[in-house]
Amino acid sequence: MDIFLQQIINGLVQGSIYALVALGYTMVYGIMGLINFAHGEVVMIGTLVTITVAGTLLKAGMPVALAGMAGLMAAVLVCMALGWALERVAYRPLRHAPRLTPLITAIGMSIVLQNLAMMLWGRNYMTFPSLLPKVDFELAGANFTAIQIIIVLVSAATMGGLLLLVYRTKLGMAMRATAQNPAVASLMGVNINRVIAAAFVIGSALGALAGVMVGTYYEIAHYQMGFMLGLKAFTAAVLGGIGNLAGAMLGGVLLGLIEALGAGYIGDLTGGFLGSHYQDIFAFVVLIVVLMFKPSGLFGEKTGDRA
Amino acid sequence: MLEVTGLHVAYGGIQAVRSITFHVNQGETVALIGANGAGKSSTLKAIARVIDAVGGDVHFCGEKISRIAPHDIIRKGIALVPEGRGVFPRLSVLENLEMGAYIRNATVEAKKDLKMVFDYFPRLKEREDQLAGTLSGGEQQMLAIGRALMSRPKMLLLDEPSMGLAPIMVQKIFEVVRAVAADGMTILLIEQNARLALQCSQRGYVMESGEISLHGDSAQLLDDPKVRAAYLGE
Ligand SMILES: Nc1ncnc2c1ncn2[C@@H]1O[C@H](COP(=O)(O)OP(=O)(O)OP(=O)(O)O)[C@@H](O)[C@H]1O
Ligand SMILES: [Mg+2]
Repeated sequence: MDIFLQQIINGLVQGSIYALVALGYTMVYGIMGLINFAHGEVVMIGTLVTITVAGTLLKAGMPVALAGMAGLMAAVLVCMALGWALERVAYRPLRHAPRLTPLITAIGMSIVLQNLAMMLWGRNYMTFPSLLPKVDFELAGANFTAIQIIIVLVSAATMGGLLLLVYRTKLGMAMRATAQNPAVASLMGVNINRVIAAAFVIGSALGALAGVMVGTYYEIAHYQMGFMLGLKAFTAAVLGGIGNLAGAMLGGVLLGLIEALGAGYIGDLTGGFLGSHYQDIFAFVVLIVVLMFKPSGLFGEKTGDRA
Repeated sequence: MLEVTGLHVAYGGIQAVRSITFHVNQGETVALIGANGAGKSSTLKAIARVIDAVGGDVHFCGEKISRIAPHDIIRKGIALVPEGRGVFPRLSVLENLEMGAYIRNATVEAKKDLKMVFDYFPRLKEREDQLAGTLSGGEQQMLAIGRALMSRPKMLLLDEPSMGLAPIMVQKIFEVVRAVAADGMTILLIEQNARLALQCSQRGYVMESGEISLHGDSAQLLDDPKVRAAYLGE
């Protein structure tokens, strides 16, 4: 029982992070049908920027809370700028190119960003500064930390805010209209370029937040960390139905839970043949199963719906 | 009010519109008729900057608009109701109408216009919370016209509002088009239903393989033997 509850908690935390990253994939896909494979690298850069900024400020004697906030702000701003630049430089010129072209460009951008990060931050693992107090709680035999609670709460609040933005504001309505029919949205006076840029910028801000959470949670970072995280978040987006916001949120949490429970029980299930370090296979089993049996995902719209 | 000079549209090697020249005066309803593939929609799309023209100029209220950004056309006062209606299927009827008023900030004024649209099309009022994609074709056409009116345009471009609709629905739509015109709107109306279009317009142009082959008063065109043979099925 306690291992079950423990893994549920771990899964929720990891799942909240996947959900935030998955939203970046799904927003861009929803609006322009592009899978921005460089999104995982944007998250990674968010983590590394926080290490540099918060770490430097801490060394200079700034209080932890302030240094942490500054690190987060810096990550969000840098990632927003990066998302904007990616769209502007890499994807906009290919708006009318065949679908494969921007996909290859996305993979190329991902490699470029990884190498850039390697040049700036080096090849070694870096420790993430402790920005949050380490307080432990116990509940029915399971342990969890203040950090875990904060991650889940902040993710939930951020996602709520995103839903408000998309469903209750004029920009949100313009985004939904553009996703459904860009040519007509433009006839209504919507500047399509701005709306697409907004999707990239907002998705990148969410990614930066997720990057800071990953750093705080695992306390370690590396220039290649964006690859696996990005792939899993992409899986979460596909699981929920890519292009669908609620789907990305649900898909993220579900994937986190599947992974955590899978890792918790894989030893028992295989008679000790496979250990919990095989947890990564679950994400990809999920991806393959979804693509085989329900490629439109849980909340997927019929693909024909896209204008 | 609208002056089109030497407008030329091509898709790769296909010449869809070959240097056509025509105009629409303020307060007029002008019909542009022609067979399938004559280039009518291409003409409208080029005017509304949905596609780039290869050559020619478009002036509106004395201002050249043939090079401005597509999303600025509506700010000049031109609203296009596209072929196939182009409603946003997963927005509600009300949200579609709000998108029509996207360029405007005055919410009070927009509320008034919403009432005007609902007066023209009571059916939309009944369905304001329904997703536009679940409306019937005729209701979608109403919505597309209502949405265009929400921007308070100086001129409406209508691309085949009768397409695919039952005769009774066509009648309803054209009643409103006439009413809107009677309220002073300038309209460029594209139709394959030539009789209908000529009946509710003052002047008409006939398009054939990308060129204007005939033009004149609508009443005269309705009597023209060539038009009667080719477009009125007589
Ligand atoms: N996107 C496109 N790509 C290539 N050719 C096109 C495209 N759109 C239109 N055409 C061609 O341009 C010509 C004019 O088309 P257009 O849609 O303007 O005709 P239309 O008069 O509106 O016809 P309809 O009454 O069927 O709507 C046609 O030969 C058509 O095949
Ligand atoms: Mg047409």
